[in-house]
Amino acid sequence: MPKIEDGQDGLHALAAAQRRVAATLTAAMIALYFGFILLIAYNKEFLARLVVPGLSLGILLGALVIVCSWLLTWVYVRWANTHYDAGRDRIRGGA
Amino acid sequence: MPVGTASGAGHSVEPVTQVATRIGEPNAVAMGFFFLFIVTTLGITWWAARRTRTTEQFYAAGRVISPGQNGFALAGDYMSAASFLGIAGLVSTTGFDGLIYSTGWLVGWPVVLFLIAEPLRNLGRYTFADVVAARLRQAPVRIAAAVGTLATVTLYLIAQMVGAGGLIKLMFGIPYESAIVIVGAAMIAYVLFGGMIATTWVQIVKAFLLLGGAAVLATLVLLRFDMNPAALFAAAAERYGSGVLSPGRLVQKPLDAISLGLALMFGTAGLPHILMRFYTVPDARAARTSVFYATGLIGAFYLMTFILGFGAMVFVGPDAIKGVEPGGNMAAPLLAEHLGGTAFLGFIAAVAFATILAVVAGLTLSGAAALSHDLWVHVVRKDLASPAEQLRVARIATVGLGIVGVLLGITFKGQNVAFMVGLAFAIAASANFPALVLSIFWRGYTTAGAVTSMLLGTVTTLLLIYLSPTVQIDILKHEAAWFPLKNPALVTMPLSFLAGIVVSLCTARHEESAGFASQQRRMHLGAAGEP
Repeated sequence: MPKIEDGQDGLHALAAAQRRVAATLTAAMIALYFGFILLIAYNKEFLARLVVPGLSLGILLGALVIVCSWLLTWVYVRWANTHYDAGRDRIRGGA
Repeated sequence: MPVGTASGAGHSVEPVTQVATRIGEPNAVAMGFFFLFIVTTLGITWWAARRTRTTEQFYAAGRVISPGQNGFALAGDYMSAASFLGIAGLVSTTGFDGLIYSTGWLVGWPVVLFLIAEPLRNLGRYTFADVVAARLRQAPVRIAAAVGTLATVTLYLIAQMVGAGGLIKLMFGIPYESAIVIVGAAMIAYVLFGGMIATTWVQIVKAFLLLGGAAVLATLVLLRFDMNPAALFAAAAERYGSGVLSPGRLVQKPLDAISLGLALMFGTAGLPHILMRFYTVPDARAARTSVFYATGLIGAFYLMTFILGFGAMVFVGPDAIKGVEPGGNMAAPLLAEHLGGTAFLGFIAAVAFATILAVVAGLTLSGAAALSHDLWVHVVRKDLASPAEQLRVARIATVGLGIVGVLLGITFKGQNVAFMVGLAFAIAASANFPALVLSIFWRGYTTAGAVTSMLLGTVTTLLLIYLSPTVQIDILKHEAAWFPLKNPALVTMPLSFLAGIVVSLCTARHEESAGFASQQRRMHLGAAGEP
């Protein structure tokens, strides 16, 4: 097999796109979770507010952190299944 | 703390400090279910043993596990008895604060997906050291990675074993040592004969049982409240004060919370027994999909444990729960007994036992892989070991590690080992995770940098945990601790990254960075893209 120059076939662009998406989503995850932790540490009164009787903002946000974590994995899987895999197949086909 | 028992809450149960429970008495249903689980899993092991003839089958189940199966197996490997019983117990005695742990245990999974799962699948064969060593010098990197792996696995194993012994003694009335030996024998049998195939299916069966048991129990609780969780929380607040709905005393020092959060979030992405599971699926796409399933299952599980905790608070009561076991760990079993009688208690007790067995089997397999694949095959035998020898060494390592696990479990009897789980996560976050991320994403990472970050991460984490309040004040009963944080990840993880980067910059080697291009190709395109 002939030696393929690094990135000549679009691998660089694909790798950069993957890094960008992975970094953005990781940053979103960090912001989401540590935002919640910082609220617990610095603003307990805010989290004690009731949304409806029995349901405090703290419980709601905690449950949302869990649900949103899962949604973020869904966003990544959606992106990867369409764009990432397609780019990969293109490079493989052309290689 | 309870602020009086409000009557007229619409529930017939008055919280009491003494509760009539059959926990600790030999329970025929529990024994029956447990016997059934052992027979089923040993049957699976017998079936798997006939399919375990190569190292690829032993370590990676022949790479034919489907994404859905691996999703359940990942969840099974990860959901420990500590999270099931511990979080339900924490919620039942403190309310909201338990949720801090529930979220912490989950948020590492997206990180696993975004940064680790697919590169790992494409770059490695059996262990995460395969990835770090891919373009670096084999022997030093594998030795350092094995140190990180064995430290993580051993600490996690001790915590699980001691928890198992205490739990089984409490639930079934079996002596501590016998319980440890039973767990050790079953775990060795699964891994020794059935390798990853048996371990995977044990995880899947356990995940079904645990999720099913938790779902039934949560549904039974919510049925009393017209399926409205807010009504359940309101009943708890009415009885024990609105404080149970908001942050309490768990987070006193923000830096402690952030440090623990870092350990949980990035430690998940460095747990050897979790990482190893990505080699069992056919390709990177399957690895990706399996994390999506696992995150959903684990998230649902933690939401359910929150319901169980509040259910136990309302129906059993914090004082009664602490009366049975001061740590609150019996909240979920007590709730099961209250809502479903002795038979349901038996079922939940057997599920808890099955949970521990499955987790320790996964841990043993990943530890054995580090010993045999990383140390023996690549360091001692320099890749010259025949397939038959590799398999034999893997099995010897399994038995050895299993026996060590049993001995450690007996040695640490009665010790406070709860902190060891947090410590295992801190080492995974400070030694394994930085090395993985830097080797996957940074061209300039060198052998010296990798070895430095892994060894420094492991050693500083162990040292700082010894100097922390966790050991100095809680265990050694000293007045003060030299290091202020309970979990050292806030210091050790950045330190490991920094050391890895600085040392790499000082030891730049052209032949190591030159390998990065072909590594990138393989990481994104898989084996088919190899030049």
